[in-house]
Amino acid sequence: MHLARVIGTVVSTRKDAALSGLKLLVVQPLAPDGQDAGRPLVAIDAVGAGTGERVFYVRGREASFPFLPVEPPTDAGIVGIVDHWTVE
Amino acid sequence: MQIARVIGTVVATQKHRTFEGAKLLLVQPVTLDDRPTGAAVLAVDSVGAGVHEKVLVVIEGRAAGDALGRKAAPVDAAIIGIVDQVDVHEDAAGVMSRP
Repeated sequence: MHLARVIGTVVSTRKDAALSGLKLLVVQPLAPDGQDAGRPLVAIDAVGAGTGERVFYVRGREASFPFLPVEPPTDAGIVGIVDHWTVE
Repeated sequence: MQIARVIGTVVATQKHRTFEGAKLLLVQPVTLDDRPTGAAVLAVDSVGAGVHEKVLVVIEGRAAGDALGRKAAPVDAAIIGIVDQVDVHEDAAGVMSRP
């Protein structure tokens, strides 16, 4: 999984049927020091995250597992909202 | 599998239910000579690893979810072992890296 900050939302009316009702969020991946790391991407939300929150997301087809038996075609999904993290 | 160093811990109250009770650790993949390589990732811990320990991490695929022992877990990285020691035989490694 990867740390990220939610920086926006995506609205898509015409899309794969398995994506209907799902929230699409733009996330900026973060390095352990809290700095931006790499390019933003779009992830489906499985936990009710919102803009500005720090989250962790899963990559790959596992991102669709929270929605079983529906399998939305996605390669990234938010599966947790981060309260805090520590690096030693 | 990759060798990584545990560098931190993550606390998340609101998360997908398959993560309940799971420990989340930040791990930094390292080279064979223990230098950081690539981006740090968040992994679930199934072996009781701690910060500063060198661990074995499965990244991507079904193996990570299996490590948590839960079906259809949305997990892409899991710590599945604590590394005691890594031995690389320089002559063998040299042969492999030749074109």
